[in-house]
Amino acid sequence: MSTAKLNRLSPYLFLAPAFLVMVLALLYPLGYMIYGSFRDWNPSQALGESTFVGLKNYYTLWHDPNFRESVVVTLKFAISVVTIEMFIGVGLALLLDRNLRGMSLLRTLFILPMMIAPVVVGLIWKYMYHPTLGVFNDTLRALGMEPVEWLSQHALLSIIIADIWQWTPFIFILALAALQSLPRSALEAARIDGATGWQQIIHIKLPLMMPVLIVTCLLRLIDAFKVLEVILVMTAGGPGLTTEIMALRISRTATEFRELGVAAAMSNYLLMMLLLLTVLMLTYNRWIEYRANKAQRAAEEAL
Amino acid sequence: MAEIEKKTHPGFYAILVTLIIMAIGPIMLMLINSFKLDVDIISGTSGLIFMPTIQNYETALCDILPYELDHLDFCALKFGGAFVNSLIIALVSTALTLIIGCMAAYALVRFKFFGRDTASATTLMVRMVPPAVLLVPVFGLWNNEFCLDKTGLVGGWIRDTFGGRGDVCLAGTHSGIILIYIAMNLPFVIWILQSFIVQVPRQLEEAARMDGAGPFQIFFKIVLPLIKPGLAAAAIFTFRIAWNEYLLASALSDRDTKTVPILIVNNMSEYNVEWGVIMATGMLLAIPPILFTLFASRQIITGMTAGAVKG
Repeated sequence: MSTAKLNRLSPYLFLAPAFLVMVLALLYPLGYMIYGSFRDWNPSQALGESTFVGLKNYYTLWHDPNFRESVVVTLKFAISVVTIEMFIGVGLALLLDRNLRGMSLLRTLFILPMMIAPVVVGLIWKYMYHPTLGVFNDTLRALGMEPVEWLSQHALLSIIIADIWQWTPFIFILALAALQSLPRSALEAARIDGATGWQQIIHIKLPLMMPVLIVTCLLRLIDAFKVLEVILVMTAGGPGLTTEIMALRISRTATEFRELGVAAAMSNYLLMMLLLLTVLMLTYNRWIEYRANKAQRAAEEAL
Repeated sequence: MAEIEKKTHPGFYAILVTLIIMAIGPIMLMLINSFKLDVDIISGTSGLIFMPTIQNYETALCDILPYELDHLDFCALKFGGAFVNSLIIALVSTALTLIIGCMAAYALVRFKFFGRDTASATTLMVRMVPPAVLLVPVFGLWNNEFCLDKTGLVGGWIRDTFGGRGDVCLAGTHSGIILIYIAMNLPFVIWILQSFIVQVPRQLEEAARMDGAGPFQIFFKIVLPLIKPGLAAAAIFTFRIAWNEYLLASALSDRDTKTVPILIVNNMSEYNVEWGVIMATGMLLAIPPILFTLFASRQIITGMTAGAVKG
């Protein structure tokens, strides 16, 4: 092959491995999953040997109270962690947005809970929630109060607290970055006009941060639907079905109940939910940006 | 700036200290407990007065320690082997993801196939896919479809060399797990590297081309050295996922390719948890991410904020 020809081909050569991997290990499996969700399929068969059952898996799931329960648990979990984390994270960012010594240390240490393995996070919290050994009950006893059965009586609350510990820093860091990249002129103008701290936050800072906050919220929400290991280690979905989120239910349906077709249909439901969420949020973001642009153009024309 | 230097209220430092304690307290608790014997953990003499011991670490790593342990007659937990597996899988998938991702990002930027918007959309879409959703298809494909026929040339050779029955499949091998990790991380890596490659001045490459360098030489000798910070961020994020992931690894591994998270989960679900040993293992699993965080927090924050915060 001549050098010139090789040069002309090089972009394709550069892209080929990535393209190949994505198709083989991501697109093909997703297609395979959708195909499999219409079949009665167990782990000992190849997909080709299974029988076609149409929408039966989807229909069964729709009427399955256990599956509905897990959808409700997932939504409860995701919505509460994201809401609480957004409030705490953004609040802390607004509060600590000043030149403090030790700020970079805080940011560094704040990343730790997100970086260590979810399995380890689950392990730490399972220990801390332990009815006799854990620090929480130790503290309660020291204060002369009744110890609490964290992981059995308040399982959902317990996993929500653990998730807040792990992921609030994510929102804090993003919100802080957003705050520090705000145009200084707008804040300066507000200060000269005599806006109080609260007024600055509500009328200037928050609206300007909105696009970033929406994306942050979206990313966090997506990740909240993906949480699995922490809950698996802490409660394994129990007691009963109180903490069995959809991701856990999928994995149990596939490995314990050995119904791959049903698990695939469940995966598809989860994927569709996430897709809907993403599209909604992105549309909203586009709309906000569009409105901001329009307002800006109107302001420029008025000058 | 005519800004009046405001005195920081001491309350802010109090908040700062509280937050730091809350963030690392649980991790410190694990660190301390990993040096305690189970007797000390259970007796509940909470506090710092105990004899620190590395016995838990020895128990955890008993299968790769060069010396015999006195307190153990039988090495039941094979964490050492799992560590080797975890290391192989995490390092190889990080290296491959970076190489493949780098090449793709470079081609996307320089030859303008499609813009950054497409890459960000793909990244978001892939981030949207939970590992649990991949569980079923990956399990099916890796076990049944991505196989070499044992009567075939290559498949036969592998079977003859390594033994075993049936067709040679991806499931149960290191490569099988590595492949899915590469796919999960590629979009993010491509996307973050793109933003670094865009900043490499075009003239530099033109000059190299004038001197007679081919596209591969330009890529390896000019572009790669200039995007090191981006590579660091991408490497940390890829390594973190490959090192920490549990679900897909547990579906794809067999007895010999188990990674550390799998063993931790298996040992946690037992009735009688050996807290000391488990904490020691957890600590060992947490060490690489902790080191990355302490030494490269800037790159991590870059990787985290990229995408949400522009500029």
